[in-house]
Amino acid sequence: MISLIAFIIIVVFGTYFFVSNSKKIKRNIFLGKPKTINDNKSERLKTMLLIAFGQKKMFAKPLPAILHLFIYAAFIITQIELIEIFFDGFTGSHRAFRPALGSFYTFMISLIEILSILAFIATVSFLSRRNLLKIPRLVKSELNGWPKLDANLILFAEITLICFIFMMNGADEVLYQKNWSHAINLNDGSLNFSISKIIGPVLFGNMSEAGLHIVERIGWWGHLLMVFGFLNYLPFSKHLHILLAFPNTYFSNLNPKGQINTLASVTDVVAPNFNPEYVPQTDQNAPQRFGVKDVQDLTWKNLLDAYSCTECGRCTAACPQNATGKLLSPRKIMMDVRDRLTEVGKNIDANKGTFIDDGKSLLGNYTTPEEIWACNTCNACVEACPVNINPLEIIIEIRRYLVMEQSQNPAELNGMFTNIENNGAPWQFSQADRANWINE
Amino acid sequence: MNSTPIKVPTMAEMAAKGEMPDVLFWVGCSGSFDDRAKKITKAIVRILNHVGIKFAILAHEEGCTGDPAKRAGNEFLFQMQAMQNITVLNGYNIKKIVTGCPHCFNTIKNEYPALNGHYEVIHHTQLVQQLINDGKLKVEGGEFKGKKIVYHDPCYLGRANNVYEAPREVIQKLDVELAEMKRSKEKGFCCGAGGAQMFKEAEKGTKEVNVERAEEALAHNPDVIAVGCPFCNTMMTDGVKHFNKENKTQVLDVAELIAKANDL
Repeated sequence: MISLIAFIIIVVFGTYFFVSNSKKIKRNIFLGKPKTINDNKSERLKTMLLIAFGQKKMFAKPLPAILHLFIYAAFIITQIELIEIFFDGFTGSHRAFRPALGSFYTFMISLIEILSILAFIATVSFLSRRNLLKIPRLVKSELNGWPKLDANLILFAEITLICFIFMMNGADEVLYQKNWSHAINLNDGSLNFSISKIIGPVLFGNMSEAGLHIVERIGWWGHLLMVFGFLNYLPFSKHLHILLAFPNTYFSNLNPKGQINTLASVTDVVAPNFNPEYVPQTDQNAPQRFGVKDVQDLTWKNLLDAYSCTECGRCTAACPQNATGKLLSPRKIMMDVRDRLTEVGKNIDANKGTFIDDGKSLLGNYTTPEEIWACNTCNACVEACPVNINPLEIIIEIRRYLVMEQSQNPAELNGMFTNIENNGAPWQFSQADRANWINE
Repeated sequence: MNSTPIKVPTMAEMAAKGEMPDVLFWVGCSGSFDDRAKKITKAIVRILNHVGIKFAILAHEEGCTGDPAKRAGNEFLFQMQAMQNITVLNGYNIKKIVTGCPHCFNTIKNEYPALNGHYEVIHHTQLVQQLINDGKLKVEGGEFKGKKIVYHDPCYLGRANNVYEAPREVIQKLDVELAEMKRSKEKGFCCGAGGAQMFKEAEKGTKEVNVERAEEALAHNPDVIAVGCPFCNTMMTDGVKHFNKENKTQVLDVAELIAKANDL
């Protein structure tokens, strides 16, 4: 009875807090400006299946891709075991599915155990890549502090979860062999799971019945607590990518990467010079801000991008400016957007649902003009991202704000602007001389 | 180099005669004014003259596409330029454009349609590839036969528009050894010029982007670094000079390779 109450409390509160924090994330994402993305549904579905589910872009780096695949596969398949944990938790049964499912049950749990071992190897490798080998993209300065801790906490949590699985199955194996298990005895002498039938007796073979039951229960409850703990950790962590990679790739940009959006609000100002009958596309009375100063000026897709980022740094590793020692790091841009958005969200929570101006903004307090002006717009970051995040779009929008609202571009660019405006070329040559090369 | 004078009709002349070109050659600002890039422009013209394609240029009616302005955040200036150019292009009823520069290519192809400029746009390396495949242009290796060539992907041709194979196929027709840098195709490393960086000083750092890229290309000890963009050409040429390798390694556009090897 006590365990049923404990179980219900964990499930109800675990679900409640996850749902309420997820709603906040969703609200924050839709603080962004509207953008309609509902074309090419089959192409989008295909992109999502290939890039998010199939992890196609991860395989640009095969070793981390395979290690990541182990954790990913273990994560997905382990959830199946959760169905039984829920059933047992509510009904007080133990391994309720085993008698009915028979060898299929043995196969599934064995698969989970093998994947757990692979995930364990992957997790330990990832910890050492971060903390011992210090892979450059995993130790850049923007990861100092919380991001580094966040990454390590997730990896430790995964190791802990795997340990719980093997405590649960390993102790139960010994219990079953000695006919002490609460599982229905099918007179087969062993639960016969691939890994725990070997390591169970080795680790727990000499323990008493009471001790074994304690280890088994710690594993079972620990597994449950880790799952709900992890779920509730997600909204506060870079690890949210495991959920948001799917919508984020579905809503990917399907246009050529070189295409930068046309600002309709600018067209409304420029087009009447060329076509007196031009009808404006945007609401002429709405207050306009060209470009982006703060997160609310970005589109919801840019904000979804920020929450989908797991800070892997493939973008920054591919960035030519970062590679040559400049301040620009596409990953930091995405982290800045998320951090500022989190701050804006907290502001809204603290002020009963409305944002009270805090005198801060994405540009200035988080991202600096020096970073923004270094970009080559080369799309290396966009190409590198395993979940199709687009830092370039944000960089261009901030440049637009700096130029069109603030006139705060690097002074050398004024020459280029003036020349284009006056002579139709970025240099000081007369447009009339444009074909002089023919006779030179 | 061939001493036959080049023939470059302008769109105004053609329209006056009531004629239409098969393709409009969009020269671009660099190709019109930069001394080094003018040679690339002429190489493209020699190829066009050689195969007898009916083409024209806009001459003084052409203006900057607005690419550097747009990428520097000046959307007003970009749209002014775009609408001026679109007015001229639509006025001549232009349907097909070949560009000498990947930035012009990208802008006209991807960003003009939203402003009512709809054209079939190809880059000059794609045109050369088509001409070779259609049997209209026969190429031989000439002076480049057996030489080692490294091809640098311009970002606005490669990643921006997924054109990776056309320039490579063309280069391979020259019977050369085509070497690939580790960072090539989708992983290509920028020359450092894009995003309006050509027109400003770099931010504080440890190295110039073009030096980093030239170093990577020179590690193959090539006879030629082939490019398909006048801005990449400038950046890579400067990078090669930085390492004092200009006597060993030339930086040439794909069009120049074809024109030179075949005495066009």
